[in-house]
Amino acid sequence: MMRADNLFKTFNPGTPLENPVLRGLSLTIESGQFVTVIGSNGAGKSTFLNAISGDISPDSGSLFIDGQDVTRQTAWQRAGLVARVFQDPLAGTCEGLSIEENLALAMQRGQGRGLSRAVKASYREQFRAKLATLQLGLENRLGDRMGLLSGGQRQAVSLLMASLQPSRLLLLDEHTAALDPKTAAFVLQLTDRIVSENKLTALMVTHSMRQALDHGHRTVMLHQGRVVLDVSGEERSRMDVPDLLAMFEQTRGEKLDDDALLLG
Amino acid sequence: MSLISLMGALEIGLIFALVALGVLISFRLLNFPDLTADGSFPLGGAVAAVLIAGGHDPWLACGLAAIAGAAAGWLTAWLNVRLGILQLLASILVMIALYSINLRIMGAPNIALIGLPTVFTPFISTVNDNAWLIQPAVLAVIVVLAKLLLDAFFASEAGLALRATGANPRMARAQGISTDRMTLAGMALSNALIALAGALYVQTQGGADISMGIGTIVVGLAAVIIGETLLPPRSLWLVTLATVLGALLYRLLIALALNADFIGLQAQDLNLITAVLVGLALVLPKIKAKLRNKQGGRTA
Repeated sequence: MMRADNLFKTFNPGTPLENPVLRGLSLTIESGQFVTVIGSNGAGKSTFLNAISGDISPDSGSLFIDGQDVTRQTAWQRAGLVARVFQDPLAGTCEGLSIEENLALAMQRGQGRGLSRAVKASYREQFRAKLATLQLGLENRLGDRMGLLSGGQRQAVSLLMASLQPSRLLLLDEHTAALDPKTAAFVLQLTDRIVSENKLTALMVTHSMRQALDHGHRTVMLHQGRVVLDVSGEERSRMDVPDLLAMFEQTRGEKLDDDALLLG
Repeated sequence: MSLISLMGALEIGLIFALVALGVLISFRLLNFPDLTADGSFPLGGAVAAVLIAGGHDPWLACGLAAIAGAAAGWLTAWLNVRLGILQLLASILVMIALYSINLRIMGAPNIALIGLPTVFTPFISTVNDNAWLIQPAVLAVIVVLAKLLLDAFFASEAGLALRATGANPRMARAQGISTDRMTLAGMALSNALIALAGALYVQTQGGADISMGIGTIVVGLAAVIIGETLLPPRSLWLVTLATVLGALLYRLLIALALNADFIGLQAQDLNLITAVLVGLALVLPKIKAKLRNKQGGRTA
């Protein structure tokens, strides 16, 4: 379970570039729920994800994962609770290290690291079996450098890495945005499989309303640093992209009215 | 070039192999441009010389020198990760500070160790002078040991975490690695190796001198870069091997250049030769790649 309470974050406060990104964002995700997040540019999607992962620290508000207050924890301290896949395929893996070394790094996520061999023989068997499920032929290339793989392959391996160790929350930050449509479809399918097989609690940011409705159990829309729409269950399954778009425009219109009221 | 001067070049080359391994950790693995070496190399030399001159065991002197070097590297990293001082600048600050500290430790600009026991003494015959052979042999054992230990460390969980810290810090943190701690530890390890080299250097040279650290970082970097042109970086044990070979080759080339009378170079031209060699080592891979491209174009 993840709970975000009234998160605020302003970049460059007190300067002409002042940019309030999160403005009282609250969201609760139940265990085992797969939530998709949409929103226009600057709505605060990435900042929200970075706040959950610990890459940035919110100005105010609090964040609980599994009942644990992680608001002031650094990214590496909460890595045992949170797994993530980045938007940039190059960001989630080390290109200079081999495939098995990357997997071995993920194998120890959130655990102490000692002087014993990183790539153990027993790990290799496991890696081979897991990589075989991707059907990309990577199970025979354990020793190859990560940099030799294509973006789609690297993103698939990143997903595998995120599921090697149990996590309380899986963060997916537009992880198919940099891929071609066919590869993106493959990685999304893989995402669905890994999330359901491991019964993961997941938060997926996407720029595509189609993806947001087709995947997961619940869809949340962010606008100006707040949750403006939250649909799930029956209501969501009846929805289509035009409905969502209409609601999107409606909320934007309403927001403008609100602002006008405030200014007036 | 005589056999004695060849062995002399090997001896210095082996010492700088340790420096180069240290530079490999900071510059290449941690991606931390670190100039502390110019201070930590004489720091190791100063600590070892003072202890040996004070009648202490030379191996103990080497160990304490390495610990002093580790503290210097840790300080540079601390200035960077805790106080946010730019990497290069943090290392320059520590390097400058070490000049004073080294003078304090030594108490004089130089310390002579002639006739005092060193780590080499037990192996050197008192009947015939075989120091020219024994010193490089002992150093070779130390360097091989250091290389194998480093290889084992980099293949361990902690070693892999250190490499990930340099290669992709954001990913490393997402995997639960404290990149700050890894940087502190890696920089300590790097400068411990460099200080150990300084401790061995004063024992081969018969004394320590306050100015012995000048240009250490350039020589170490030269060795790393030459090593990179020698062997492909397919795995890390090849990279450490290339670094050691790079240091040896570098000293041999220097010795050859200084020994070739017809060129007319003298000892004071050392830094000029270093600059030319590093320049060549930087440019050669590009020329090689260009030639390969041209050939590829012709066959296609």
